[in-house]
Amino acid sequence: MSYDRAITVFSPDGHLFQVDYAQEAVKKGSTAVGVRGKNVVVLGVEKKIVAKLQEDRTVRKICSLDDNVFMAFAGLTADARIIVNRARVECQSHRLTVEDPATVEYITRYISSIKQRYTQSNGRRPFGISSLIVGFDFDGTPHLYQTDPSGTYHAWKANAIGRSAKTVREFLEKNYKEDMESDTDTIKLAIRALLEVVQSGGKNIELAIMKRDESMKMLAQEEIEEYVTAIETEKQKKT
Amino acid sequence: MFKLSDKILLLCVGEAGDTVQFAEYIQKNIQLYKMRNGYELSPKAAANFTRKNLADYLRSRTPYHVNLLLAGFDETDGPGLYYMDHLSALAKAPFAAHGYGAYLTLSILDRYYRPDLTRDEAVDLLKKCIEELNKRFILNLPSFSVRLIDKEGIHDLEKLMPVGAK
Repeated sequence: MSYDRAITVFSPDGHLFQVDYAQEAVKKGSTAVGVRGKNVVVLGVEKKIVAKLQEDRTVRKICSLDDNVFMAFAGLTADARIIVNRARVECQSHRLTVEDPATVEYITRYISSIKQRYTQSNGRRPFGISSLIVGFDFDGTPHLYQTDPSGTYHAWKANAIGRSAKTVREFLEKNYKEDMESDTDTIKLAIRALLEVVQSGGKNIELAIMKRDESMKMLAQEEIEEYVTAIETEKQKKT
Repeated sequence: MFKLSDKILLLCVGEAGDTVQFAEYIQKNIQLYKMRNGYELSPKAAANFTRKNLADYLRSRTPYHVNLLLAGFDETDGPGLYYMDHLSALAKAPFAAHGYGAYLTLSILDRYYRPDLTRDEAVDLLKKCIEELNKRFILNLPSFSVRLIDKEGIHDLEKLMPVGAK
């Protein structure tokens, strides 16, 4: 059990304990959900309850990386800040050398390789965050990728990370429809998924959407409330 | 001309290659600021940032030999024009020019510029400068592309192509 000292060491059964512990840190973070529609990509996060005297708009869990890519994370906020900053610089660096915006996959690969590097050098601990990276490539295809502290990444149609990720993911598996044409349906799916695990409804949800060829838009509280009321009326109709 | 942001243009002339390298580097850094901070740099800040970069490179082994004009519209300060030369001197000016053409156009601008010019009067003044170049400048400059910045952003005006001398 002393194999968690230096993370460059494997344990006898092939684990990197520090990476596993980092994943535990992620499970403590507030939930984030991502849904990929045909013409829109959506990221929603559970807003942490802020203290009475705290200004809540300083807690931003959805960050724009470039005009065509944005991300949300679950886990250690401070670690996320570093990753987001490096990714932003890399997006501009890519534009400078290649004259084209980076694809979502490229920036995901970049973020993942940073995370992997920190699982293989001594004296450093892995990043304690998983991230959901969404956006459109310059040819118009939408993407959703998830990275984790080990540095692996996968593409998803819809996924969740953080505290109640398992419950949310099961909900998404049940309710996801291929190639959702309607933007409203995609947004509603993300909100419904979050409502499953978030207490007291729309007030604790932060949502950002991006339509093809448009920049990221954070939904205002009133817009989210509208969707929530629409969802509740639908639910009532069904029962 | 390089679009630094929605309301800032950078005109970069000088050594071949240096112009594009330097201007694109500044352009991407201005964009990075926007991504990091959620809002765009003001024209004044962008001009000073550019000046600092140019000045830092000036005393390195790889100086950039470029002359710049930075134009932008600020929500609070209104429109602004900044003149910067290859020695990294920065000045906010009501009108400016670089190159040999400046010897001819600056006197026209001196004579006819007024601080309260309307948009059309300003474009006419530009046309006057180009006509003067057409008359007295040794090189034949057949076409000029024109851009205008106002509170709505950057607009492409029609190309100015002065006809043969009378």
